[in-house]
Amino acid sequence: MSQPAAVQALAAELKAITTRPWTLMEVCGGQTHAIVRWGLDQLLPPGMRLIHGPGCPVCVTPTATIDAALGLARRPEVILCSYGDMLRVPGSASGDDLLGVRAAGGDVRLLTSPLQAIALARAHPERQVVFLAVGFETTAPATALLARQALALGLENLSLLVAHVRVAPAMAAILADPANQVQGFLAAGHVGAVMGLAELEVLVAAQRVPVVVSGFEPLELMAALVACVRQLEAGRAVVENAYGQVVRPAGNPAAQRQMAEVFAVVDQPWRGLGVLPGGGLALQGAYRRLDARERFGLSPVDGRAPVDANGREAAAVDGPAAEVCISGRILRGLASPTDCPAFGRACTPLHPLGASMVSSEGACAAYHRYRAPLPRR
Amino acid sequence: MSERILLGHGGGGSLMQQLIREELLPLYGCSSGSLGAPELHDAARLALPHGRLAFTCDGYVVQPLEFPGGDIGSLAVIGTANDLAMAAARPLHLSVSLILEEGLPLALLRRVVASMAAAAARCGLTIVTGDTKVVERGKADGLFISTSGVGLLELPDPVDPTAIQPGDVLLVSGDLGRHGVAILAARHALDLQPPVQSDCAPLWPQVEALLAAGVRPHCLRDLTRGGLASALAELAEGSGCDLLLEEAAVPVSGSVARTCDLLGFDPLQLANEGRFVAVVPAAQKDQALAVLGASGGALVGCVSSAAPAGMPRVLLRTAFGTERLLLPGSGELLPRIC
Repeated sequence: MSQPAAVQALAAELKAITTRPWTLMEVCGGQTHAIVRWGLDQLLPPGMRLIHGPGCPVCVTPTATIDAALGLARRPEVILCSYGDMLRVPGSASGDDLLGVRAAGGDVRLLTSPLQAIALARAHPERQVVFLAVGFETTAPATALLARQALALGLENLSLLVAHVRVAPAMAAILADPANQVQGFLAAGHVGAVMGLAELEVLVAAQRVPVVVSGFEPLELMAALVACVRQLEAGRAVVENAYGQVVRPAGNPAAQRQMAEVFAVVDQPWRGLGVLPGGGLALQGAYRRLDARERFGLSPVDGRAPVDANGREAAAVDGPAAEVCISGRILRGLASPTDCPAFGRACTPLHPLGASMVSSEGACAAYHRYRAPLPRR
Repeated sequence: MSERILLGHGGGGSLMQQLIREELLPLYGCSSGSLGAPELHDAARLALPHGRLAFTCDGYVVQPLEFPGGDIGSLAVIGTANDLAMAAARPLHLSVSLILEEGLPLALLRRVVASMAAAAARCGLTIVTGDTKVVERGKADGLFISTSGVGLLELPDPVDPTAIQPGDVLLVSGDLGRHGVAILAARHALDLQPPVQSDCAPLWPQVEALLAAGVRPHCLRDLTRGGLASALAELAEGSGCDLLLEEAAVPVSGSVARTCDLLGFDPLQLANEGRFVAVVPAAQKDQALAVLGASGGALVGCVSSAAPAGMPRVLLRTAFGTERLLLPGSGELLPRIC
């Protein structure tokens, strides 16, 4: 059977087994992107709703961290490097991002692997190389590897500005919200490949909600939706692995060991969501020598960033346009991008006002790229 | 002669004469169109066939200067020749203006010059006039090239977006995204195995074959920066018509598709340097497909209708029968984090 035929068959199966208007959340931004790109939500049974989760690490990096990165990138001795989609994330001042700092003369480099930072540091012994380390448990092991090598090599001019986040605490926070509407999760497949199923088992045991680990291809997403709805219809709630070709139950123990060596689990502010208990990772022990905040005398990560009712950090509110941004509600699954009055008007991927518009994996950016402005321009 | 470009090479003295005579003269071909041997004079004299001419210019800034499947020199010749071809004009003559950065290795300049000469021969055109400037180190990214071209229009009617009609069909001339991936891979040291080669190639042979097969395209557009997504948005805007693209019909090679998957790029937004979209009357669909299909081209969509109130859009139908808008990218491709 061709892939389109197989997807259509799963869509028909989903319609056949669905008796109630279930609301599911796909956790990962990559899944959101694929669903909107392929229009899979158009294949769902009537009444069934997919809400788009907070699983976009670029989106949830706190404004204070972005501001710190912007400040470092402006220093003449610093080479600031990070992943491509961090370069357009705005700090607390509207329109202030790393691409803009680069245009103004700052040395901002784009890496595809954290280990490239080592070559940079060696090639520029007179400069300070700072790696802005973001991402979930997917990229944290590579940062851990970088930290271990930097320490082993005794590189004195390499440091890390760490904003790594953990997925499971965010899922727990969504379920704990009194306004929560999520009845089942499609969990992030690539995080599962590293962390395995144990954290999800704990979540399911505590919250009695079906969790299906899913891949990112149309066929994988549709199969995971069918599995999740089967559980809901049968009144079951277990962890199911629908991405077995990539995810082993124990995950990747070597990657977990790297992370445990380098990082401690800490409470962490998420842009749009506030502080999540156990929501982040920070350098620990000997690796704190690599902390860019300490090296450059920056204030430690603010664990108490005030968040208002719409999930806006106070520092992010910047003028009347930002007042309308509802990205916090979107990240918690309480609103859709198109509910926002700024969407596609004051807020676009080139001039994002809030977290979920800044990365291509963010729900607002995905809607903007593939769907909006659906009303004719 | 110094093995690097010096400021004096642009100073109008003997160094400049030496540079032109020893390094750049191979560029200038002698053909029936330029009167006599290449002259070191202020202007070339041209003998043009009777008819109407197309005239275009383009600037080339690319890093790295050499990439798998091409370099800035072949790009600068072929790109401008292709702009002429998109007006259904046979490329005839080109001017070349070089802006060199002090310190540029002469060996690199020689390779680029040889590549320009070879590309001109491939395109069947002659480079008839040129200019060279040298700027201080740090004032240019090694080498910038600006080219202008004239070509002979082969069709009486304009071939441009205003000629597009509802009911026309859309064809692409080959698989998409190779040039964009080749440049990204070289720029970010991605080390793809096997390497993806740029598709940089003259388009006139395919256009000429279309005309010879009796196809009278309403519009042709090369799929350079912004790729098919930007081209279709421009055609929709220019024609006032809605377009429908069948995504599953768009040819994309496996290596381009996998690279895009990995880095979060869309093949429809990647640059090409040897591909175009042809908008042709539905009645000539089969002839057009016979020509373009031979080189991997395909029928990919149609002009669905005149858009109401001048707000045209491009709709994309996925392999699953779902629909979404196809919007141009922002213009900067940034690899994603995971």
